[in-house]
Amino acid sequence: MSQDPLEGCRISAGKKSAVSLGKALHPPNLLVVVEGTCGACVAASPVSAPEGSCSYNVAHHHLCVCVRVCMAWQGLQKGETLASLKQESENLRRKLEEERGKLTDVELHQVAEKVETVAALSIKTRRVLKGHGNKVLSMDWCKDKRRLVSSSQDGKVIVWDAFTLNKEHGITLPCTWVMACAYAPSGCAVACGGLDNKCSVVPLSLDRNENVTAKKKSVAMHTNYVSGCSFTNSDMQLLTSSGDGTCALWDVESGQLLQSFHGHTADVLSLDLAPSETGNTFVSGGCDMKANVWDMRSGQNIQSFDNHQSDINCVKYYPSGDAFASASDDATCRFYDLRADREVAVYQKDSIIFGASSVDFSLSGRLLFAGYNDYTINVWDVLKGTRVSVLFGHENRVSRVRVSPDGTALCSASWDNTLRVSRT
Amino acid sequence: MQAASLNLLSKHLVGMVTPTSRPLLLLHIFIFPFQAEMILLEMQDPNTGVRSQPQRLVITTIPHAITGEDIVTWLADRLQIDVQEARSFGSMLVALGYIYPLQDHKRLVIKPDTSLYRFQTPYFWPTQQWPVEDTDYAIYLAKRNIRKKGLLELYEQEQYNRLHKWMNHKWDFIVMQAKEQYRAAKERKKPDRVVFDCQERAYWVVHRPPPGTVSAMDYGLDRRTDPNADETQTSDYYERIMIFTQQAIMRPRVKSSVSIGALVKHCATYIGHDPFLSACLPSNPWLTDDTTYWNLNMSNVETPTKMRVERWTFSFKELLSDPRGRDDFRLFLKKEFSGENLAFWEGCEDLKWGTAATMKEKAEQIYKTFLARGAPRWINIDGKTMEVTMKGLKHPHRYVLDAAQTHIYMLMKKDSYGRYLKSPVFKDTVKKAIRPEEHKFNDAQLEQNARNRRPSLSPIILRQQEQELRAKMAANAPVDITQLCRFTTPVPHFSVYSGIIDPPSSNTSPSLPFLPHTPICPSPISVALDSTSASERRLEASEGEGEQNTEARVPDRGNVSKSRVALSLRRLLKRGCSPSAMFASLSPKCHTAAATSSRIQPITPDEPSQAPPRRTGNFFQIKVDIPPECRIYPIESEDEEEENRLASEEVVGTEEIICPWESLTQQNGTG
Repeated sequence: MSQDPLEGCRISAGKKSAVSLGKALHPPNLLVVVEGTCGACVAASPVSAPEGSCSYNVAHHHLCVCVRVCMAWQGLQKGETLASLKQESENLRRKLEEERGKLTDVELHQVAEKVETVAALSIKTRRVLKGHGNKVLSMDWCKDKRRLVSSSQDGKVIVWDAFTLNKEHGITLPCTWVMACAYAPSGCAVACGGLDNKCSVVPLSLDRNENVTAKKKSVAMHTNYVSGCSFTNSDMQLLTSSGDGTCALWDVESGQLLQSFHGHTADVLSLDLAPSETGNTFVSGGCDMKANVWDMRSGQNIQSFDNHQSDINCVKYYPSGDAFASASDDATCRFYDLRADREVAVYQKDSIIFGASSVDFSLSGRLLFAGYNDYTINVWDVLKGTRVSVLFGHENRVSRVRVSPDGTALCSASWDNTLRVSRT
Repeated sequence: MQAASLNLLSKHLVGMVTPTSRPLLLLHIFIFPFQAEMILLEMQDPNTGVRSQPQRLVITTIPHAITGEDIVTWLADRLQIDVQEARSFGSMLVALGYIYPLQDHKRLVIKPDTSLYRFQTPYFWPTQQWPVEDTDYAIYLAKRNIRKKGLLELYEQEQYNRLHKWMNHKWDFIVMQAKEQYRAAKERKKPDRVVFDCQERAYWVVHRPPPGTVSAMDYGLDRRTDPNADETQTSDYYERIMIFTQQAIMRPRVKSSVSIGALVKHCATYIGHDPFLSACLPSNPWLTDDTTYWNLNMSNVETPTKMRVERWTFSFKELLSDPRGRDDFRLFLKKEFSGENLAFWEGCEDLKWGTAATMKEKAEQIYKTFLARGAPRWINIDGKTMEVTMKGLKHPHRYVLDAAQTHIYMLMKKDSYGRYLKSPVFKDTVKKAIRPEEHKFNDAQLEQNARNRRPSLSPIILRQQEQELRAKMAANAPVDITQLCRFTTPVPHFSVYSGIIDPPSSNTSPSLPFLPHTPICPSPISVALDSTSASERRLEASEGEGEQNTEARVPDRGNVSKSRVALSLRRLLKRGCSPSAMFASLSPKCHTAAATSSRIQPITPDEPSQAPPRRTGNFFQIKVDIPPECRIYPIESEDEEEENRLASEEVVGTEEIICPWESLTQQNGTG
């Protein structure tokens, strides 16, 4: 038992053991602090985590919110220095690479050799959506394949019928830089957020003259800007990523935090939910140059990839759900196979020296659309790693690219205050 | 050679970035500067670089001027890109101030003609990260003001005035400095002076752009984490990393050939369905402005297209994710009498993704409907999963049914799905599926289409319709009743039920937007709990208005009068058949083996729909001795909710424990 460093709660300290296997096998000094007198917790406390187990959330189902698990700080052990720890972690890393290498029997481009090449694409702009007074920062398609929501730097969120170019609703947020917006799966609401550190859900109405802003409801609260949001498979839950380095799952009706996801060491810039019905995972990318895959149920980070050399601006699942792509400021996009647990392709070119801001796959997953900070959109052949086409047209950075739900069109949002809908 | 030029570069660059080091602040300019500057150095190579020559401009000769044409050609050649991309690449270099235009100095683009450009001196490169200071700008403007004899450009003038006001306290210094610089410049040789002037001007055009121009220096919002801050790694940090890595090492992996093969296969499978890579029949609405494609692929269209049906065969996931496909599968399961599997899976999905407020309720509901012994729609899961689930249900959470759900999902995938694909239901769907003819519009028609772009039905209306439909389906739900009947004593009025089981319109697909009402089964009173959430139910409560709305909007609805009748019937029901104890405690008695001490709960989702015949027929064995408070029955209107609450407050304490959490509910009731 150590002296209480926190709030005078009872603490049971996990044993810190230095077994021959090395520290790495053991959870570091796990403490479980029981706060309050929840019946379930009192019954279960004091809880000590089993040694050698993954211990960040000790059976969160049983102990619910009353238990906070924290890492104890007992200082360095004898003979341990930061350098040795660093060395040790490097060794482990190398071992991981070795493990991954063992099962690497073939590369993507080798498999793709047999695949037919994609014919040259001529992608043309079919609609230009003008109406925002400042940089368009984000957009999302409605499931009806023709409506979309877009948000801009001046705090405005517009719901469009992109097909007829009609603006259906306008929402004003009390902040600038609305960096996240999402259309609810039912098409009856939108979510948006940004510098207000909140993510709000706005139910839409049939009456176009009605001021929908008044019905705005704050759902998510972060301690820094909200960089991305997405509804889960229903209108009832909202997943957000934030500059405070966390992602979180919220209950829309009550605004209750259902699960938070800690692990990024810097701003999280993007997230994407796994497309699979059974997959309870999502992927996030951020300024710590890591793309993390999370289990939504436990809040655990299950996979992490740090191949990029700069901020990851966007992550997007492959349509099958077994892989994902990332776009980064290091001017590359990368493709990771989740089952092989490694990066399988890098999309880069000498002539592309500006950061990629956003990626999305075509319906089949064969094409990867990537928006860049040099005002272009490059289209990559996912399998062969070659560039198929490049789209010009925007007069400033492309902030977001999204393929419509049925794959018929590509919408790109840009800092030139417009959105463009393109198709072959 | 590159190494040499790198050395040269590093002389100029303070804090230069190497590709492996942590990116500096300049990455906020979102350019990977290393590459840009490498290319720039190559461009300036006297032998292989862009051809440069002294150019006469007005009255002065400017050394090392280059033409836009040459830049574009060189870039296209060097980077193996086409002219358009080279132009855009060149323009970015200009926008960032690596190259500056000599003539049209405010337009920061490359013109692929004989317009003249010069390379900016590395001192002024954006990667220098000199803080761009207002004092410097003020000096520059003051100097320019002297030289131009007070004839600054409008925006410069405004800036000048603003700075004058703001920096009044040191304006003397600024003017002095400007004068001094101006004098020093005069002493230089003319070409040098002109070049320096141009460089300086170009620098300020980039960093203090005239209004209305796009600035490449605009990097957007500052991030919370300062990329320049040195990370101070604690031992804690490394320990976390190590634990994670250790776990990652243990992680099961799939051989690359297998997993990559699957990725490639996915592409190959779907490529015919990708509108960017294959034809999209009858035509891509964005191309022809004709929405037939969308209309044919509405979520609940009666006859799907061939392509759509084909997708259902790709994977079970694909079938389930398409509402029409799911309906088809449901129909098949109904015929197989195993509809409860899908209903259970849907219930679990709803529990998982639904609102938190009703989570417990839903878990309870699912338990009673599908898992409890003798449940009306009992599903078959193995003992171990059952045990895990039962344990979890003591403290229900959103993922409590995951194991069971996965089990059922795999069961359907491995078993039912395969049989579905061979079933007459699917064959029939395939046969009926349509293959739309490709649209062949001529230009005049295309133009007309473009003029006649129609707005579509709002998703809100579609949602309402879908809910009505779902409610109707719940009201019809035939399988449940047969299931229920198994547990009830044989009833003479069974034929009444079979009327519901097989309504005269059973040949029509359940996915029809508007199912005709059968008089015996009036409009839905409530929505099946297992597939809707609280808010939906609330919507449902106000359905009266919604229904009328849709009717007004869809005038060609055939069954308008019918649904009105239904509506009034419902009202009648609400009034006439208030949730009396009899109705509420309606419980089919179970004489089968399942008749243990545990009581059987009525299938709540279907109860309301069955209520009228039950009431009239009265052939259900009604357990009047059961207090109504332990029933959970669908709450569809405020007053009923009220009554329910009142009832539960009134009567406290029932001995029989039905579900693991029953005691909890009671506690809640008392508290």
